[in-house]
Amino acid sequence: MQTASRSATPASALRSAWRSSSLSLPSPPHTARRATAVLLSQRRALSLSQTSRPQLNAASHQQQQKLHAAPLFSKQTARNASSSSSSEALDKTPLYDLHLAHGAKMVPFGGFHMPVLYSGLSVSASHVFTREHSSIFDVSHMVQRLFTGAGAAAFLQRVTPSGAEALEPHRSTLSTLLQADGSGGIVDDTIITRLPDIHGCAQFYVVTNAACRDKDDAYFAAEMDKWNAEAGHETLQVEQEQLNGWGLVALQGPEAEAVLDHILDHTAKTDLKQLLFGQSLYSQVKLGHMRVSSPLLISRGGYTGEDGFEISIPASETVAVTEALLTAGPEKVQLAGLGARDSLRLEAGMCLYGHDLNDATTPAEAGLSWIIPKERRSADAGFYGADVIAKQLSPKSKGGSGVQTRRIGLIVDGAPAREGAEIVSRADGSAKIGTVTSGCPSPTLGKNIAMGYIQDGFHKAGTEVDVLVRGRPRKAVVTKMPFVPTKYWKGIAPA
Amino acid sequence: MASIARCLRSARPSGFSSLVKSSVSRPIAIRSFSVTSTNAIRKYTKEHEWIDLSADNKTGVIGISEYAAKALGDVVFVELPEASKKVKAGDAIGAVESVKSAADINAPISCKITAVNVLLEEKPGTINQVPEDDSHGGGWIAKVQVDEEGVKDLEALMDPEAYAEFTAAEGEGEDH
Repeated sequence: MQTASRSATPASALRSAWRSSSLSLPSPPHTARRATAVLLSQRRALSLSQTSRPQLNAASHQQQQKLHAAPLFSKQTARNASSSSSSEALDKTPLYDLHLAHGAKMVPFGGFHMPVLYSGLSVSASHVFTREHSSIFDVSHMVQRLFTGAGAAAFLQRVTPSGAEALEPHRSTLSTLLQADGSGGIVDDTIITRLPDIHGCAQFYVVTNAACRDKDDAYFAAEMDKWNAEAGHETLQVEQEQLNGWGLVALQGPEAEAVLDHILDHTAKTDLKQLLFGQSLYSQVKLGHMRVSSPLLISRGGYTGEDGFEISIPASETVAVTEALLTAGPEKVQLAGLGARDSLRLEAGMCLYGHDLNDATTPAEAGLSWIIPKERRSADAGFYGADVIAKQLSPKSKGGSGVQTRRIGLIVDGAPAREGAEIVSRADGSAKIGTVTSGCPSPTLGKNIAMGYIQDGFHKAGTEVDVLVRGRPRKAVVTKMPFVPTKYWKGIAPA
Repeated sequence: MASIARCLRSARPSGFSSLVKSSVSRPIAIRSFSVTSTNAIRKYTKEHEWIDLSADNKTGVIGISEYAAKALGDVVFVELPEASKKVKAGDAIGAVESVKSAADINAPISCKITAVNVLLEEKPGTINQVPEDDSHGGGWIAKVQVDEEGVKDLEALMDPEAYAEFTAAEGEGEDH
């Protein structure tokens, strides 16, 4: 059965109305365009608003105190003010009712009502559960985009440093949208997945942050207009669709494979062991009562550092698929919210846009040069800011410009250092040398972890610095990330 | 400063109050009296600190409310006040940190810190277990010396009943 009987919320049903008819068509994913849109997803989900990040010199000491002492979720709520009236404008994911039924505490986030934690499981308990078993995260608030057309790959190679043309079908890459002004600054971070060609035409599934939705929409609209109007691009047009209202569910943790395998429709002989980190496939899943889902794009990866999957699901099936995953039982899988997602991604050393990345950060400064393929590290690579970034990738000693500041990890003694805390030199009269952009007590390590930006020269692992927490210096050590080793599934190691 | 109240407003989502209500079977303030010396008067701030003032109005004990402790989640670090420091009402004297947030502890009244609960350095989770217990082994934060100004400051604070109403109303305001 292609059409799940469980309906989503009225709001999401409305939003996805255009899709419901096509869902009833039992088309194989690689022949029907809409069904192909049953995609994969990516990491990150938390992105807060485009909130001001404390700039190095902008905030007074007191303001900084305020910022770093502010709780994680204050930034999101700030955007929606403290009154409940503003929440009327918030959207709901297809899982909204399911969250409430499971005792979720909802917060405004990226324009949606999102669960931050569930009753009976604190943020740290949920965090630990994810590392030991598995958790389901609703990341449907993220923006799922589909780029198609003969020019899609070349277009993506202009707006990102990724090698879209060389990307194989069902392979994903972390990427960044780059400022059109050539500064190299990051508009948003994203996961790009190439899907199988349709009628000889390339397709890319691109997931961007919810908090950047408006900004990214404007960016893509302007860039596509520009691209499509350029001379020579008559046969290299690019189109975009957004899968608004679709569900996106992340299943993360060491038991994720077993939990997913339990509901896979094995008539297609899908073997999850063959699906490695960064790869994706289409599969139907069993929904109970003899029903199966439509073909869902399932990708291996996530935003926790654990093995896991992200599943893109039509709105009408999102609840049923999530409930099917939960049938594995509460000892294997639990729902988890934004709270645990944030501490998990921080342990995994992953960036949160609006905090660890912003319009002024370049991939080189952010320690993301690994996302740029070797053949695209030259000034003439053709993406926005290629010249700036290419220079930064090469140190001054080798003729480049290097970077002034770079993203690093810290382990902080005593008090947790939060966003906005100043990093100061221990040697050089307490001169300010950087700023913390994310930080929390690590439930896995029992230490305070943080990431931030530090002056070039202080960035080497083992460098001892101080971090000011509520005005008091705390000892901190620059530490390699991830803080907790990642456990991605990369296949069975050769004996 | 990011007071506890501010942290709660932001950490506490629309459904937060239902969590508190469902997980606490009785009004918080009533329970909290049971661990307080019968001679003391317990008052609460809108920022969710409590203070017990001794019968002679000379000394007091400060802590954070059970309502706040629940809302903050698992407390993993407590920054204790500086002993012998003189503070005014509303001054930040310390902080409580959970995985998801950090909140300042503000002085409920003008006072001088005379002792701090060093147990919390070893066992910050005590704040979650017995936040309103001012005895040995409890989750109290600091002991203070109070002068006339401090006693006067006390007038602005809420008694347990008023605080229970205050937190209930705060919760409802957030509900949908």
